[in-house]
Amino acid sequence: MSLTFHALQRLIRAASLLTLLAATCSIQTARADVQTGIDELDALFTQFVEGKGTQRTEALDALAALGREDTRELLNGILEGDLMLHKETDTIVWATAQGREYTMLSLDKQTDLGSDRKRRLSRLKVTNQLRGHLRSLIASLGLRSDDPVERLAAIDALMESPEDLPDDTLQDMLANETDSKVSDALLSLQARKLASSAQPEERLQALATLSDDLSNDSRSLVQNMAENDEDENVMTLAAQIARDQAAKVRLYAKAETVFFGLSLGSVLVLAAIGLAISFGVMGVINMAHGELIMLGAYCTWAMQQLMPNNLGLSLLLSIPVAFLFTGMIGILIERSVIRFLYGRPLETLLATFGISLILQQLVRTFISSQNVPVANPAFMSGVLEVNSVLSLTLNRLYILAFCLIVFAMLLVLLKRSRFGLEVRAVSQNRAMARAMGVPSARIDSLTFGLGAGIAGIAGVALSQLTNVGPNLGQAYIVDSFMVVVFGGVGNLWGTLISGMTLGIANKLMEPWAGAILAKILVLVFLIMFIQKRPRGLFPQRGRAVEAH
Amino acid sequence: MLSTRNSRRSLAAIAGIGLAGLSLSLHAQDDTIKVGVLHSLSGTMAISETTLKDTMLMLIDQQNANGGLLGKQLEAVVVDPASDWPLFAEKARELIEQEGVVATFGAWTSVSRKSVLPVFEELDSLLFYPVQYEGEESSKNVFYTGAAPNQQAIPAVDYLSDEIGVERWVLAGTDYVYPRTTNKILEAYLKANGVSDEDIMINYTPFGHADWQSIVADIKRFGSEGKKTAVVSTVNGDANVPFYKELGNQGISAEDIPVVAFSVGEEELSGFDTSPLVGHLAAWNYFMSVDAEVNDEFIDSWLEFTGDEDRVTNDPMEAHYIGFNMWVKAVEKAGSTDAAAVQDAIIGVAVPNLSGGYSAMMPNHHITKPVLIGEIQDDGQFEIVWETAGLVAGDAWSDFLDSSKEIISDWRAPLSCGNYNVTTNVCSGQNLE
Repeated sequence: MSLTFHALQRLIRAASLLTLLAATCSIQTARADVQTGIDELDALFTQFVEGKGTQRTEALDALAALGREDTRELLNGILEGDLMLHKETDTIVWATAQGREYTMLSLDKQTDLGSDRKRRLSRLKVTNQLRGHLRSLIASLGLRSDDPVERLAAIDALMESPEDLPDDTLQDMLANETDSKVSDALLSLQARKLASSAQPEERLQALATLSDDLSNDSRSLVQNMAENDEDENVMTLAAQIARDQAAKVRLYAKAETVFFGLSLGSVLVLAAIGLAISFGVMGVINMAHGELIMLGAYCTWAMQQLMPNNLGLSLLLSIPVAFLFTGMIGILIERSVIRFLYGRPLETLLATFGISLILQQLVRTFISSQNVPVANPAFMSGVLEVNSVLSLTLNRLYILAFCLIVFAMLLVLLKRSRFGLEVRAVSQNRAMARAMGVPSARIDSLTFGLGAGIAGIAGVALSQLTNVGPNLGQAYIVDSFMVVVFGGVGNLWGTLISGMTLGIANKLMEPWAGAILAKILVLVFLIMFIQKRPRGLFPQRGRAVEAH
Repeated sequence: MLSTRNSRRSLAAIAGIGLAGLSLSLHAQDDTIKVGVLHSLSGTMAISETTLKDTMLMLIDQQNANGGLLGKQLEAVVVDPASDWPLFAEKARELIEQEGVVATFGAWTSVSRKSVLPVFEELDSLLFYPVQYEGEESSKNVFYTGAAPNQQAIPAVDYLSDEIGVERWVLAGTDYVYPRTTNKILEAYLKANGVSDEDIMINYTPFGHADWQSIVADIKRFGSEGKKTAVVSTVNGDANVPFYKELGNQGISAEDIPVVAFSVGEEELSGFDTSPLVGHLAAWNYFMSVDAEVNDEFIDSWLEFTGDEDRVTNDPMEAHYIGFNMWVKAVEKAGSTDAAAVQDAIIGVAVPNLSGGYSAMMPNHHITKPVLIGEIQDDGQFEIVWETAGLVAGDAWSDFLDSSKEIISDWRAPLSCGNYNVTTNVCSGQNLE
């Protein structure tokens, strides 16, 4: 039954397509023409707004070919959605959102057309195909631009169809280009043209340039020459270059996996390092650690709410804010609950678990049970392109660096400051430390506060990678304990090494085992490891340990 | 605040049960018709389901303002199954046996539907299920007003291959029954259309997956081999945010590798920072941006009902709108709220949908709907780029799976079977496991 229905539906679709074609062929404009206020643009915009498929691309091509001063601006306006159609008057306008309304400006930006409700205006529909076409049109208009970035974009847009650029224009541009990046791009564009030349010498010359270029189309050109070239010499050289390139690509893929592993590791280390202090140094099993991370992430959100127009600064400021806020919460938890439970790990575990539930529910009640949106500042998005096969995402790079900085600062604090000395003294031998005049109770709450503050900082970093919601902490608490236990309780270096190891192990396994199985395998491995070495990678030694 | 209201309501419900027990009359004999609303108001699914509860309350309010039904007022009975699948079954039983509701609107996840299904069949009551699902089911007591795979997944794939020219496919999903079944159907469909094994990549991730680096790198590599590639995503819930972010960070734009999602709608986008998502696609049967007068009216009354100008409407809300109106019309046609009479009357009933056309209830308890493809815009709305030429009828049993291609469902006499094998002429119960 449904099969016949399917066929029927196809028929209907085909039929309606036919009538549509017929309609568009016979009369261009069934609806009222679109007004722009500029004569030569009326027809083009009408075709763009009311036309279908290729008609719309043709309209854009025609617009680009007009060579008006504001052509790029207009194309950009269509691409970005700043040009809108006012439905009542069928007029194309520049629209700017202002609260619930749009203020409208005529296309030549000379006349103010007042404002109207948002529902009365509609965007000019742009699909992905058109968007791509628009981008390459805009780019090609930038070939002679004064800005090297625009020239580079223009050349990049031509890479896939190098024949579109006439030889003499290319020679002319090569001769006059001053920017090294742009001239490199021009050379590789030239190589692409030469690759289809009739002269074997020119093809050999092309290969020399292409061998350094690991991009996809360059590799497939070389591969194609290695298989199909008429000339023996070209073929052997191309084959050799193709092999070299494949080896390089494999190498870079491995480098990429290691980078992914390090970045996952840095997230694990950040999440675990606060725990390494409260659990590792003080021996407190703090189940609310994840929620402290969550609160840190909410600090980022709150700072962004306070200064919505300055994302970068608000992110930087939220680091100290999160540290102080979660640190205070940590001290509060220590003073009000944990200090009564020292030496009773089971009760501590239950009490802190209760605290974690309370903190979650507080966030649900006073903020929202839904995730809150945390935006990424511009410098956090994008990639560092090492070459065309290896590019490192900036946000992960920053977080990796941030993790190492936090780690180093913590190390200095614990090893080089008086506070650090006292922390170590209390954790190694409380009675002796007190006998030497160390205020152990104060040190306890400060240490716990430090661990909590670091958790808050981790939350700031995590807010840039994942969802900020009341459940954020739960996702990281198990991982954090895993890292600390694997690394060896009470050893910061162990935490760093174990976090990175687990990250890389996870990412090495992921491609062939899948995300779910990789995680399971890591856990199984960890359980077996703990059986062999119950104190982790870097166990603490000495009498202090025996005393525990 | 919300939770106190709920607890008060459940207190009232408990008190109500006690009273009903005392008077020994389980079914209320007063002059209201009771309608059950079975949506989670707490727990992980509350985000999505609370909206549907509000939708039902609004629809019932409107019906009452228009004179009720069969001369009686409608009364909504709201219970909270708390995103707890077994509790769904208990609450459904409570609604039918103790509250005496004549029809229930509810459930979201497939597992909650599977949990309540035996209850509705045993007690012979009606359930209207408003969410897109994996198909392979047709119950006498359930009306599926959301999309079956052929009303969402398959047209989306058609669009990508016919209009965009996609030749390589990544099927990425969260690891549970809906994505797994949908991907199984899609894989069979793609292969039937000549796509080879090496052009399909399938990937599953756990709920709430956050570290997408290597998966996105794999997708990038998979898509860089010369053929146009697209991702068909059944990734569910908030794992979508880091997924799209990672795509954006690794420089994959919607023009290079478009992602078409089946679980991302206006409600989900309202919690996102949408900038990395612009240009990616979603396939639904309704978008808030649909240009139709009936849709404008619906949005206006929704904003008025919620008292919040920023609320959005979405596809499952439309499904409830259609389902509720169908039920009302069928009850009027049958002149009774009796389950058997409504089941008979509702087949063939057609009511307006929100995209300006009419949707009809088919004999397999699925409905006809248009299929729309939208591109995500930076304001969290969708720009509709494609729609099916006509309505698509929901197909309960996929034609592309070997296990179900010979099975049809037709609840009209004389067949009256949800699972009828056309080659062996056997009706084998209502469900296929």
